[in-house]
Amino acid sequence: MREAGPARDARFEPRLARRRRNGRMFQAVCLASIAVSLVTLATLLADIAIDGAAWLSGEFLTSFPSRISSRAGIRPAILGTIWIMVLVALISFPFGVGAAIYLEEYAPRGRLTKLIQTNIANLAGVPSIVYGILGLAIFVRYFGFGRSLLAGAATLALLVLPVVIIAAQEAIRAVPSSLREAAYGVGATRWQVVRSHVLPVAMPGILTGMILSLSRAIGETAPLIMVGALAFVAFTPTSPMDLFTVLPIQIFNWTARPQADFHGLAAAAIAVLLVLLLLMNMTAILLRNRYQSKRGQ
Amino acid sequence: MRDQVAPQAGSDSGGPGADLRWRAGRRVGEGVIAGLLFLCGLVSVLTTVGIVVVLVTESSGFFREVPLVDFLTGTRWSPLYTNQRFGILPLLNGTLLIAVGAMLIALPIGLTSAIYLSEYASPRVRGIVKPLLEILAGIPTVVYGYFALLFITPLLRVAFPSAGVYNAASAAIVVGIMIIPMVASLSEDALSAVPRSLREAAYGLGATKFEVSTRVAVPAALSGIVASFILAISRAVGETMAVTLAAGATPHMTLSFLDSVQTMTAYIVQVSLGETPHGSIEYKTIFAVGLVLFCMTLAMNLVSNRITTRFREVYE
Repeated sequence: MREAGPARDARFEPRLARRRRNGRMFQAVCLASIAVSLVTLATLLADIAIDGAAWLSGEFLTSFPSRISSRAGIRPAILGTIWIMVLVALISFPFGVGAAIYLEEYAPRGRLTKLIQTNIANLAGVPSIVYGILGLAIFVRYFGFGRSLLAGAATLALLVLPVVIIAAQEAIRAVPSSLREAAYGVGATRWQVVRSHVLPVAMPGILTGMILSLSRAIGETAPLIMVGALAFVAFTPTSPMDLFTVLPIQIFNWTARPQADFHGLAAAAIAVLLVLLLLMNMTAILLRNRYQSKRGQ
Repeated sequence: MRDQVAPQAGSDSGGPGADLRWRAGRRVGEGVIAGLLFLCGLVSVLTTVGIVVVLVTESSGFFREVPLVDFLTGTRWSPLYTNQRFGILPLLNGTLLIAVGAMLIALPIGLTSAIYLSEYASPRVRGIVKPLLEILAGIPTVVYGYFALLFITPLLRVAFPSAGVYNAASAAIVVGIMIIPMVASLSEDALSAVPRSLREAAYGLGATKFEVSTRVAVPAALSGIVASFILAISRAVGETMAVTLAAGATPHMTLSFLDSVQTMTAYIVQVSLGETPHGSIEYKTIFAVGLVLFCMTLAMNLVSNRITTRFREVYE
């Protein structure tokens, strides 16, 4: 048997039929790996649909949470998620796009710029719960925002900022330099070039990155637990300083309970969250496709 | 900027001086904008500084009461009980047990998925599979927690009756599934970057597709693949909600996947859900544990970065 020989022999198998057969087996293994992910995705979605279907109703969407499972709903959680989404966008968009413009259009190629760039890459790898600790110490305590929507949104804005910056940088980098040079050639200042020529062309790409970042933000749970989001909110938040809950927190709370009824509620809330995420992702993809076909012309 | 400055120039009596002043005003405005944009860039640096300062200052209070050596070598962790012990090893044990379990799933499946996508799949299949993997990557972790606790755990308990309601195995499985897309997409990027000429040379020598994939493409892309593995481990160590829901809250030293364990992240969540008074030693533990977590993930991210920049094989 050749296989039993020393390693050098094992590297070459002279029989072509056997080599082809190994190849087919390997291809089957690779295909099976892909299938694992896809089957899991299908199982997860089916499991949630089966568990949650009975609980999804108009009342579920418009009621407040309750200790009695049949009356419980996710109205404050949906509103909290929308509040968080808007506030995170308002905070992270200007800072993220500003930083991207600085790095792409203004920054001198030096050590400081390299430091900022490396730092952004590293921040993207910091676990979300560490941002929660930062938010707890800085926004909740030091700035005195308390356990408010604002504290939660500021924390999540810092969390998604690296993603926003990187996406915006890529969009700005994709703007052809002939556009900039033409504008400089007729005497525009740097900011005029950026505002009137670079940003309008880069905007679809920037917005795509922004929407994807927001879809990450509204799925986050751990940082908001740290910042003190509540599971029971029996009122509608009306200002950024209000106490709040969001869909993932509500899902976490219901999942952690022992009663099966609450698990059904959790599944229904997951379905709502996934539909919301799907809508956001579709918007981002449509935006990207439109942008690409426009550029292709 | 021009709109704001131009009227000021117009109020002068005209002449060459006015034009110069208008230009100067334009330059001041430009400087202000450049400064503001620089400040935006600085926010990310301030975030890092903030994380380090908060973790170090808050946990320094903790280390005044608990010696560092006891913290790092103690094998009992019970800050929330009357008999308080502050040895982080049980939490590290739980974290690493789940990370290792997740890797056993994510590394082989992620890598073979990447090989399939890069070497075998037709553009059409790739166009369908890649967005589906992105969906898998975009599902919130709390949803994976639900899936682990209420779908995978019951199945596991049928197969292994000794498994608890909370066990490391189900957490490890979902964390593994969660990071497959990351390993697959980063490894695929590395494989796609291997130049065609290398593969064609191997085909020219009579190699089969299997041999080209495993003996040419994978070794050539190895630095990128290893970097993706390390990033994935870092992600598994920092993962919070799925392990909090599925693995339970019993910090102890064990190597059994059927036991309930507590990870560092799950402990931090447990403390913040409870009514721990601000300033107490229990409260300070979250910063000490957070510091260890931050250092571990940062080290792994830096190593991964270094591998991609240092050991990348550059082909002409």
